[in-house]
Amino acid sequence: MRSLTKAALILLALSTAACTRPDRFADNGNSVDLNAAGAGLAGSASDPSSPAYFSQTVGDRVFFLVDQSTLTAEAMQVLDGQANWLMTNIDYLALIEGHADEQGTREYNLALGARRSNAVREYLVSKGIPDARIRTISYGKERPTAVCAEESCYSVNRRAVTVISIGSIG
Amino acid sequence: MFKKFMALALALVLAGPVAAQNGPLRLTITNGVIEPLPFAIPQFQAETGGSEAIAADISRVVAEDLIGTGLFRQIPSTAFISQHASFSQQVAYADWRAINAQALVTGAVSVQGQQIFVKFRLYDVFSGNEMGDGLQFAGTTQGWRRMSHKVADEVYARITGEERYFDSRVIYVAESGPKDNRSKAIAIMDYDGAPGSIQYLTNGNSLVLAPRFSPTGDRVLYTTYESGTPRINVLDVASAAAQPVTTAPGEMSFSPRFSRDGTGVIYSLSSGGNTDIWRTDLLNGQHTRLTNAPSIETAPSYSPDGSQIVFESDRSGTPQLYVMGANGGEARRISFGEGRYGTPVWSPRGDLIAFTKQNAGRFHIGVMRTDGSEERLLSSASGSALDEGPTWSPNGRVVMFFRETLGANGGPSLYSVDVSGRNLRQISVGGFASDPSWGPLQR
Repeated sequence: MRSLTKAALILLALSTAACTRPDRFADNGNSVDLNAAGAGLAGSASDPSSPAYFSQTVGDRVFFLVDQSTLTAEAMQVLDGQANWLMTNIDYLALIEGHADEQGTREYNLALGARRSNAVREYLVSKGIPDARIRTISYGKERPTAVCAEESCYSVNRRAVTVISIGSIG
Repeated sequence: MFKKFMALALALVLAGPVAAQNGPLRLTITNGVIEPLPFAIPQFQAETGGSEAIAADISRVVAEDLIGTGLFRQIPSTAFISQHASFSQQVAYADWRAINAQALVTGAVSVQGQQIFVKFRLYDVFSGNEMGDGLQFAGTTQGWRRMSHKVADEVYARITGEERYFDSRVIYVAESGPKDNRSKAIAIMDYDGAPGSIQYLTNGNSLVLAPRFSPTGDRVLYTTYESGTPRINVLDVASAAAQPVTTAPGEMSFSPRFSRDGTGVIYSLSSGGNTDIWRTDLLNGQHTRLTNAPSIETAPSYSPDGSQIVFESDRSGTPQLYVMGANGGEARRISFGEGRYGTPVWSPRGDLIAFTKQNAGRFHIGVMRTDGSEERLLSSASGSALDEGPTWSPNGRVVMFFRETLGANGGPSLYSVDVSGRNLRQISVGGFASDPSWGPLQR
């Protein structure tokens, strides 16, 4: 239901969102929620140019060690895939969300999330993605994906997620 | 909509019996364990027809304020020998001594239309004297809770010699919904969280964080995601109207606090992944960078005289507390205990800094002197909770914070604790609540 609505909005965005929009991330209407189950009409996971393929096959997220924003070898591998995908699918912009686990103060975690999202941005730029196609945001510890109070959850919450959306560079 | 209590005026000093200015009844608050002082508060007399219910409510809230400090113990009315029916009659001290009431609070309430008048007297039972003069407060019937807090403040101040704090409000974040998609709204309440006092100032559609009162309590700064990225808003408490603060350019701004005169904002600004502390003058829009380091600098808080700023930085490798001048420059580290320190807040008295501490997997609220000496922990969350985000009562006597229970069904609640570490209490607001900011004593 939810993904269907989103998908409908994406189609709408495809047809109406034009290069004239000054704020390329003006609202969520044209973003793809990669956490939603499937990406619906926007394309199936078997279509290499689909957002579903990006999130499921390329991998939309990388993980960090406690308090760290350094990219691990594994993270760089995922980001290499993201960079390749973004090079091919030039209609997409990337919003990189930095997140932290809950073991830290709200303020510190916001700053830590900013570091993490920036580490991903810098890596993608170093691989040739124009800086103008990338925006970063930090959610600190506000949006965990796993809610238990153990390292098994914390380790997946310490993440940077690349959220792609159709759009143009203003 | 918040100007309900407008006409509240601290009014007449009642001509009273002999006023013992410095009676022997004096509760000195120290760090030691205190035996709560027993007091009696017969239900305030209803002087006009139909004011019995409000008189009962006011007596109850006065008693709850005093009990809530942990410094006083109420003697139940069932123990009373005399009920002290008339506000003006002579006090039968022997009757109150017999039940070991050391302090006696009497009062009377009259209602005239929307106007309410509350008078009270405080007696030192064992010396047989009135403590200070009787006072009368006038206001609207809607403002009865504030008048109760004002009466309790007078009693508290006269007996303890401390500054008043009951007639104050707290701004906080009301949370609802699942842990991985929490809805957050700015809410305001009386300091005691009374259900009737809670009002919501934002609608919960955008993620909001860490509201902070202005020094006069008329405005609130907070962080909002409504533009899609964290930005600072300023909100007018009376009208609930919010508008963005134009900060220095950067990707996101957060962790704001007002300067002591209310004309400036200090905050964290992130740019290129690096977070530093900035100040923006709200009058002329000028931005000043206060820190310039590749490390994280956040959670700034002014000293009461505005000359210094305490903040959190991980320049040493872990988050620790630092103090610098109000214009930036060299900062000195003040936290040297084990673990990580964050969210420092300078006491309104100027002598202490409250903080969040993380050590060996446990979260604490603590205080230290401004040079970092004499660190003491006031709270200790169990391994299944975390304590965070202290804020000071206007008199610097009590610290409020939030304790978040962990796990899928966990969530935050507000707590308060005396600065001595005694009297830890949960403040129930009927739902999850975090990020408290204690406002000034109301006028």
